[in-house]
Amino acid sequence: MSVQAPTASAGSSAANAPASRTGAVRPASFFDSVRAEATKLRTVRSTWITLLIAAVLSVGIGAAVSAVAANHYAHASPSERATFDPTSISLSGFALAQLAVAILGILFVTSEYSTGMIRASLSAVPRRGRLLAAKLLVYAVVSLVVGEILAFISFFIGQLLLKGSPPAPYVTLGDHNVLRAVATTGLYLAVLSIIGIGLGTLVRSTAGAISSIVALLFVLPGVAQALPTSLRRTVTKYWPTEAGRQVVQVVPGSHTLGPWAGFADMCIFAVIVVAIAAAVLQRRDA
Amino acid sequence: MIEVHNLTKRYGTTIAVDDLSFTVPAGRVTGFLGPNGAGKSTTMRMILGLDSPASGSATVAGRNYHDLPAPLYEVGALLEAKAMHGGRSAANHLKVLAQSNGIPASRVKEVLAMVGLESVARRRTKGFSLGMGQRLGIAGALLGDPGVLLFDEPVNGLDPEGILWVRTMMKSLAAEGRTVLVSSHLMNEMAVTADYLVVIGRGKLISEGSVADFIERSGHRSVLVRSPDLDRLSQLMMAAGAAVRGMPDQAGLEVANMDSATIGQIAASNGLVLHELTPRQASLEEAFMEMTAASVEYAASTARSQ
Repeated sequence: MSVQAPTASAGSSAANAPASRTGAVRPASFFDSVRAEATKLRTVRSTWITLLIAAVLSVGIGAAVSAVAANHYAHASPSERATFDPTSISLSGFALAQLAVAILGILFVTSEYSTGMIRASLSAVPRRGRLLAAKLLVYAVVSLVVGEILAFISFFIGQLLLKGSPPAPYVTLGDHNVLRAVATTGLYLAVLSIIGIGLGTLVRSTAGAISSIVALLFVLPGVAQALPTSLRRTVTKYWPTEAGRQVVQVVPGSHTLGPWAGFADMCIFAVIVVAIAAAVLQRRDA
Repeated sequence: MIEVHNLTKRYGTTIAVDDLSFTVPAGRVTGFLGPNGAGKSTTMRMILGLDSPASGSATVAGRNYHDLPAPLYEVGALLEAKAMHGGRSAANHLKVLAQSNGIPASRVKEVLAMVGLESVARRRTKGFSLGMGQRLGIAGALLGDPGVLLFDEPVNGLDPEGILWVRTMMKSLAAEGRTVLVSSHLMNEMAVTADYLVVIGRGKLISEGSVADFIERSGHRSVLVRSPDLDRLSQLMMAAGAAVRGMPDQAGLEVANMDSATIGQIAASNGLVLHELTPRQASLEEAFMEMTAASVEYAASTARSQ
């Protein structure tokens, strides 16, 4: 590495006095933070790897489950035929893909803490609420767009496979509730990402935040199954991810809030997590 | 200008920074000196708004760091530990910082050239040596061409060439009229880099002044005396108020509280022969260690017993 002449250190405006150097600067805006956060997300390899994993899980599992279901339908029992849900079969990969999307949101925050980047980030953007809001906006948009694309791809591939092996039924976007279920998949992922970023901000450690989201998505709803029926129904009804999932279902589940009220329940939970995260971030030493 | 007023920071029951006040003016390199654990990094983090003080305040250019509309244009900082994502390239790391403050992208190339990292601009910082990491940190500090610069232990882990480069850069930044605060736990390094010193120990201000003043004030002085009539001379000097101590490794006396002229006078008026009369000054490092001895957090037991 060559050693530069130190006299070059001052850069282009070296001749200016310090006062004029800082005089005409445009204040940094929220949009500047959004651009910086978008660059942060784009410029690390883990983003692309995780999104690829989400794509493989959603489309791959969706196609595999659809193919298996299509072949099985001919020998299916009447009760199996009665609950056969072509939309949910084609989107079944999202049960796992959602975890990849949530983990990427978590890493977007926790990697700042594990690498020490957070000190540079907060020195550049001392308004911590702005930094968090920019992160939330950037990643919510990314997971929304990626989620929509993957949902429609998974849906069309799944329906194509079902259509290809009669007598298995298939649906089109024109069928009752189908467009809503497919088109809100990205929306559900965006809200889940917001929860992930909130948890990441609160917990700061990658392992801790991933454990929390796994508990939220899988472990605690599973544990709730051991509860007495009435209590189990209440817990499951309002549990954020269980309630939120109703919006991506064509066939409404029993004892649920319904698609939009359930989704609102999840959104309220996301707002609470983010509000606590913002308050803690504001107060805590970086 | 950086102003620190009655700054206090506690971690549980330990006081990291204790009612600390000092001012860092523009146009000179101010050394922020203290043993490890004295509270230098904590103070710098509070100046940057990363840690919040229990009481007191720190302002940059008269304002709280949080209130700076585009902080990188006004303050550049190199923090002690690597503050970057190892998976991101050097150029992208700087691009992120530039974008967050609306600094033109062209500036990234400029600062990379300034620190000599153009050839590794596209490389991920994970593989960077400590020295390259420090250079990238300095490049980040210079992005907004700021009037105030903070460097926390910038020469830690650098080779001699790197140390010289950092030292020269800090001096030229100050010469351009900028405010430069640089922390170190090495007195000798500060003596050749800084113009002015703020010395802290256990979070408290111990001393403050120009490097020359510092040597003057803190360097305890003594005179080495060798004479064939040492016994007689030592009695006379002690009678005149001097503190006399035998030199273990030399056949002479170390005399404190008396200058060489007075000693010569005493010897002459009593007809005693002098073989040597050498005024001695404690080295800067000795002076610093003596000054901070009471405030060193984990002193070796051998140092304590002396």
